[in-house]
Amino acid sequence: MAEDTGSGRFFLITGRTPDQTKGMHSGKTGDFYRDAVSVAMLHPETLEEMGVTEGAAVLLKTEEGQVTLPSRPDKGLPRDIVFVPMGPTANRLIPADTGGCGMPSFKGIRVEVSPE
Amino acid sequence: MKTVNNAVCTFCGCLCDDISVDLADDGAVKIRGACANGKGHMEEYDASEASPMIRGRKASWDEAYREAADILSGARSPLFYGLSSTATEAQRKCVALADRLGAVVDTTSSVCHGPTGIAMQTFGEPTCSLGEVMNRADFLLFWGCNPMVAHSRHFTRYSLMPKGRFTPEGRKGRRVVLADIRETPSAKAVDRFLRIEQGRDYEVLTALRALVQGREMTATSVGGVPREELVSLAEEMTRCRYGAAFFGMGLTMTAGKDLNIGQYFSLVRDLNARTRFSVVAMRGHGNVAGADAVLTWQTGYPFAVSLAGGVPVYGPGEFTAVDMLARAEADAALVVASDPRAHFPAKAADYLDSIPHVVVDPNMSLTAAKATVYLPGAQYGVDAEGTYYRMDGVPIRTRAFRERSRPTDEEIFDRLLEEVDR
Repeated sequence: MAEDTGSGRFFLITGRTPDQTKGMHSGKTGDFYRDAVSVAMLHPETLEEMGVTEGAAVLLKTEEGQVTLPSRPDKGLPRDIVFVPMGPTANRLIPADTGGCGMPSFKGIRVEVSPE
Repeated sequence: MKTVNNAVCTFCGCLCDDISVDLADDGAVKIRGACANGKGHMEEYDASEASPMIRGRKASWDEAYREAADILSGARSPLFYGLSSTATEAQRKCVALADRLGAVVDTTSSVCHGPTGIAMQTFGEPTCSLGEVMNRADFLLFWGCNPMVAHSRHFTRYSLMPKGRFTPEGRKGRRVVLADIRETPSAKAVDRFLRIEQGRDYEVLTALRALVQGREMTATSVGGVPREELVSLAEEMTRCRYGAAFFGMGLTMTAGKDLNIGQYFSLVRDLNARTRFSVVAMRGHGNVAGADAVLTWQTGYPFAVSLAGGVPVYGPGEFTAVDMLARAEADAALVVASDPRAHFPAKAADYLDSIPHVVVDPNMSLTAAKATVYLPGAQYGVDAEGTYYRMDGVPIRTRAFRERSRPTDEEIFDRLLEEVDR
């Protein structure tokens, strides 16, 4: 399955955030929504280990694609997780393969993370 | 100024029906009692007359209906997708249109609780209403969901806080556990947070089932959870008077998918040998439960249904929208009140851009912005009335509190049915 392949040491998780939903109401074609779904959240110590200062860009790479996003610390995340709000930016990284059930792996695919 | 009470918010599956709306004489709307999501959903919708668009240019409704009907009836393999943020009255008309055209119909369930539907068909779903949870539940288990963000009033209105007939103490009389891989804002509201390693939900659920069944567990930990924590959770669940288990995308979207849900349902079934326990899926879109219900009522299946052969054929993986688009198997699409360009993997979203597609949506979206034909209907719960199904399957009639200047989705599908019959 897609989530079991790839070489990255991190797992990518996508999901709702307050700003992502706010952007849905204020208009998905606007800047607020675009910015709300274009951020990579990692544990602060993970960012520190990589030498990434708060807000600095990181490159996320999966077997499907790659995106460069500003980073944001989130203490609630495990050290091996990257969280990106659900939306068109995260979906550049998500394979379309559903394993025969219709649901892509929006949570748990392998991703490589590096300072940009 | 006029005030409308008990309006229904149609944003998420909670369908809160206690919303107050202040309507100023100048037309301004102020929403009271809703969460931030509901407030935005109801206040920021522009109910003024809106023009349909054909390839980005304004068109008359008649022109737009004709163009849309030509696109859909001219297709060899039309895909209908969405349906979860519109009323059941519109959903059944949309299915009738799909039947007329031999289309494939898939709902947003397929990228939401589709795996739950598959598990339900295999394992059954021991479920209950949210009213039963409020009135009876003294133990709540949330798994892979974040109600504080996605269903903001669930805790206060249905599960953690409310005082009910057999739960007079409200929050004080309830034990609440959240299992997830990350410590979300919801973790702050519960008594106990259980951190699961990414992708290990199935193993943890299997261990819990074994413990609930009274088996010995020799492993020191499973899925990142120490043995003693699993043992005490199993004891808490079996000791409660009435338990309710909720779950979200943390189970449906991660490794295992429908198998995770099957194991969750089976855990609840096992618990019913020891106490009383129910399970309720945290449904996202306002009427996604209605979309499942209507499609099942009309075709026998909840999503991923092909009507191409004249009889309904069910096929998750084959007739689900992401799969059909990624394999380039649709040559036209009708997108109803949903935004696949925002929420589908890029390969599927990019293919949608390459085929003619009709979008019916009260709000401009990334998909509507690139639609071949865009039909801006009214928004149920604001300027249109219709039936929505709450996440627990309870139908609720939505109210209109604004004057309507746009057609309802039901009227749009009626016109499209007329046009394709011409």
